[in-house]
Amino acid sequence: MMTAENPYLPSPMRVEKVTVETEDRSIKTFDLSFIRTEDEQAFRYLPGQFAQLSVFGKGEAPFGIASSPTTSGLLQFSVSRIGLLTRALHQMEPGDLVGIRGPLGSSFPLQDMEGKDLLVIGGGFAFTTLRSLINYVLEKDNRGRFGKLTVVYGARTPGMLLYKDELEGWRQRSDLEFHVTVDAADNGWKGRVGVVPNAVSDVAPAADNTYAIVCGPPAMTRYTLPVLEKLHFPPERVVLSLEMKMKCGIGMCGRCNIGSRYVCRDGPVFTLAELRRLPPEY
Amino acid sequence: MRAVLLAKDQISVLLAALLQGRKLFAPVDDGGVIAFRQVDSLQEVVLDYHNSTVPPKRLFFPQTETLFRYGLEGEQLALAEPQPASGEKVLFGVRPCDARSFTLLDRVFTGGNHCDGCYQARRENFTVVGLACTRPRAECFCTSVGGGPFSTAGSDVLVTDLGTDYLVEAVTDKGAALLEGLSGGREADEDSIRRRAEAQAAAEAALRGEINTEDVKLKLQEMWDDPFWDRLHEKCIGCGACTYLCPTCHCFDIVDEGSEQRGRRVKIWDSCMFPSFTLHASGHNPRPTGKERWRQRLMHKFRYWPEDHGEVGCVGCGRCVVDCPVNLDIRQVLHDVEALAKKVE
Repeated sequence: MMTAENPYLPSPMRVEKVTVETEDRSIKTFDLSFIRTEDEQAFRYLPGQFAQLSVFGKGEAPFGIASSPTTSGLLQFSVSRIGLLTRALHQMEPGDLVGIRGPLGSSFPLQDMEGKDLLVIGGGFAFTTLRSLINYVLEKDNRGRFGKLTVVYGARTPGMLLYKDELEGWRQRSDLEFHVTVDAADNGWKGRVGVVPNAVSDVAPAADNTYAIVCGPPAMTRYTLPVLEKLHFPPERVVLSLEMKMKCGIGMCGRCNIGSRYVCRDGPVFTLAELRRLPPEY
Repeated sequence: MRAVLLAKDQISVLLAALLQGRKLFAPVDDGGVIAFRQVDSLQEVVLDYHNSTVPPKRLFFPQTETLFRYGLEGEQLALAEPQPASGEKVLFGVRPCDARSFTLLDRVFTGGNHCDGCYQARRENFTVVGLACTRPRAECFCTSVGGGPFSTAGSDVLVTDLGTDYLVEAVTDKGAALLEGLSGGREADEDSIRRRAEAQAAAEAALRGEINTEDVKLKLQEMWDDPFWDRLHEKCIGCGACTYLCPTCHCFDIVDEGSEQRGRRVKIWDSCMFPSFTLHASGHNPRPTGKERWRQRLMHKFRYWPEDHGEVGCVGCGRCVVDCPVNLDIRQVLHDVEALAKKVE
């Protein structure tokens, strides 16, 4: 048992920068910095974890952390404008204050993934925590701990791709095999066209000694899993991250369970093997 | 542990002693609704009741609770936490089913990696005096779910009505400390212990219709897609009364009240029987109809709780049976699950 405290107290953070990611302006990335040094030092996270962001007067909602822990001094969250809280967040400007609770939930299984090749498969807005993972693996001190890194990332259109400058940098690197695909191209697009599952099928990475990490919209996930199965990825080495409505984030408020597991407490990261032991209610 | 025999009219002596320097919470009759309230005089206390209409869990897990107040001024954020509960308190006259529910709520709020400090402070400030259940209601089923009408789980002291007198037994050190200053009465003798055993046997005999919760759990583990769920919820109007009256239901919402500049963040009871409970901002809902919500309620108490904690998440108080507006009886539902299990065999 931990010491008794109020687990609901958020720490204040300042909005440093707001980046509009997509051409429809529905996704923005927020660079946040801690106001208090002690909060910054206490916030130790790993790729895959999430945090509860507060807009005071509106409430709280959970968001995957898009920055990598190797980036010091700020946290990044990419937020899709969808509900009440995300609308309020989208109106925030540099200098505004938000609250944060976290880090919460499980990270990608980095220890198990060490020494293995990594196949990162992402689609749409769910690419955020994968971006955290990719930047974590690419960090000089970490790169040697992992084998080959292959990334397949897709969006509906070129204008809906996130982190466009960063993607350009990844394309230039030799320690990363990077495949970008769009469902529908526009005039300037010279890259791959087609949905993510087809791209994975084309790239056909070897399953031996490889972890597949999959985050995307439900349809992408549904059609990618059979491709991975055909490529002989065992369910123990297919890793997914789930979304669920959450309030407390610490396994008490009772709403984000799948079977006896709470997505906030036992997830959001699960292996496919773990998920297959749970009821299909998500 | 100390056990004292008090003549019937001496219970007021005990209550008066408990009131000395402490806040006393006891069952009162508020226009036909029996509820636990702070009492200032002994006349308010009701002792001849089957069980309270609403469970006493709100004393530890309030229906509405301020988590903090906030104030924003430029770059300054001021957060004011509520003052932790202080002062010794006694909760008197809790039935054993409800006392046991506190031990289940403890697992949720203080038993994991995170601990709700406000809940824990309230629990520690209270000494719980249980009142053995000598006249179970027709809707009671505590013995089916690991409890009993004389169970001491969750109580620091257990009081038993023996007809002509009360047997007052310390269960924990905290309870023994409470009884230390008590004058009057006499030490319990063999005769009173024998009469207590008789009362217990009579109460247990009155609780019929045993349910095998182990069988239920095993069956629930394999009936996710069973057509059983298609019909079960049809009568349910989704009012949530079952969950609000349940002593073990612990689900809550967190909402902000106020402006962007100042206000408070509030923890407030919620219910898995409401459609908005799991509704994503995107419109997706993993439990879109009453079917999924009833399955969740039953699975949570009789499958997930045992899987997670080794105990069912129900204490058999029967309130959800008594007060369901459409007479959905959870005991019948459990018997139906048992019957399905037998059919397969």
